[in-house]
Amino acid sequence: MTETTTAEQTQALPLDAWHRARAARMVPFAGYWMPIQYRDGIIAEHEWTRSHAGLFDVSHMGQLIVSGPGAAAALEALLPADLASLAPGRMRYSLLLDENGGILDDLIVTNLSTGEGTAFYLVVNGATKHDDIAYIAARLPAGVSIAHLTDHALLALQGPEAAMVLDRLLPGVGDEIAFMQSTARRFEGARIGIGRSGYTGEDGFELSLPAALAQALAERLCAEAAVRPIGLGARDSLRLEAGLPLYGHDLGPETDPVSAGLAFAISKARRAGGGFPGAERIVALLADKPPMRRVGLKLDGRMAAREGSALFRGEQEVGRVTSGGFSPTLGQPIAMAYVARDHAAEGTVLEAQVRGRRLPATVVRMPFVPHHYHRNGGA
Amino acid sequence: MARYFTEEHEWIDVEGGTATIGITDYAQSQLGDLVFIEVPETGTELVKGGEAATVESVKAASDVYSPVSGTVTQANEALGDDPALVNSDPEGQGWFFRLTIADPAELEGLMDKAAYDAFVASLD
Repeated sequence: MTETTTAEQTQALPLDAWHRARAARMVPFAGYWMPIQYRDGIIAEHEWTRSHAGLFDVSHMGQLIVSGPGAAAALEALLPADLASLAPGRMRYSLLLDENGGILDDLIVTNLSTGEGTAFYLVVNGATKHDDIAYIAARLPAGVSIAHLTDHALLALQGPEAAMVLDRLLPGVGDEIAFMQSTARRFEGARIGIGRSGYTGEDGFELSLPAALAQALAERLCAEAAVRPIGLGARDSLRLEAGLPLYGHDLGPETDPVSAGLAFAISKARRAGGGFPGAERIVALLADKPPMRRVGLKLDGRMAAREGSALFRGEQEVGRVTSGGFSPTLGQPIAMAYVARDHAAEGTVLEAQVRGRRLPATVVRMPFVPHHYHRNGGA
Repeated sequence: MARYFTEEHEWIDVEGGTATIGITDYAQSQLGDLVFIEVPETGTELVKGGEAATVESVKAASDVYSPVSGTVTQANEALGDDPALVNSDPEGQGWFFRLTIADPAELEGLMDKAAYDAFVASLD
């Protein structure tokens, strides 16, 4: 996480004072002061989220609405997702691509369309949101508009007890929606958008609401014995264990969806029909297999291989770590890396160069820790 | 015995020609949960301000510098099995290594506790 800015430019999020009152250590991230950890520390916060429920303030992320009669087609020109077949209330992981098929951002798109009109809700990365908005806005046809919900906060409630807790506050949500589905409720008189998704590998929800109500919601949730606030540090270790890539580290304009192992985000209909940025190159990569692949690595011992570590097989340099650290759940270091195709098979033992030393690193299947998504509707 | 501190947040206890070195409570609180610590081997020649040990938190690896030059006589082997000792007792059981001081004059310019506390207070 190196999206640091100087203190003078760094903005406060709606819950800034609330975090500080909970002894959060605040760091500049993606242009905002954000809690990296609270008093319990990253490992305790990580383990709490895996066993109970963690509340994450992710209000730095960009919340966008793309609306208008041609919104689906306009977004399909920018994303490889099949939005024509995405039913209202359904969510999909997608990628904002440049003309060469390079990844400008990863995002979640939700179909919010009603009888009254077509609208899609996009949640994009905080560090890239302003570039994303400019890129999308410049490519929308007349009649389709983009709005940035700057007056909205986004909170994520994640963990095996998230559904139980949320159901007390907003009854029926847990039964109503499954993983990658969304709904809405009223909270203190305002609409709260609820998506069953997250960035931890656990069951959980992302809650979008007016910033003025964020503190009331955070306090109601943290009044529950099962809920503790969780900082960015544990968010990173949780997503790493879940095998979920982090934009700016594991994904970027120099990577493509196929090499990144995100081919699932290119819908079948779109592979055949094309019409998204970089379609020609991406379809060719799907057919020919890319030269490099994003893989998971497990290391022996406790010394971690982190972003930038070169990977070797014998004398040959075959790849590079894009993010890595200590897995609290597994009790050993794990990493994501791009590795040359011939050396990327599961079980291959590579060596990571760390501070002049070579550490054995075995290619393993991701996720490192199994996902616990709630995939079926109804409990 | 006298305890001194550095601006890099190491502490050093001096007793005769021997020093015990670790990192301060402020340092461990800034690093967060430590998951791996590499201490220097006995016999290693360290120079003042040079890299002496490495600490890894969940998030990052950081260097620990030697406050003075000298030869390592003992490393705290307990940190290999339990790096969290540095979080729970940084200025006691979480010591890093001991060395024989090569040049006592290098102790001049290190901070005492009052000066270090004032230095830390100035950082926030």
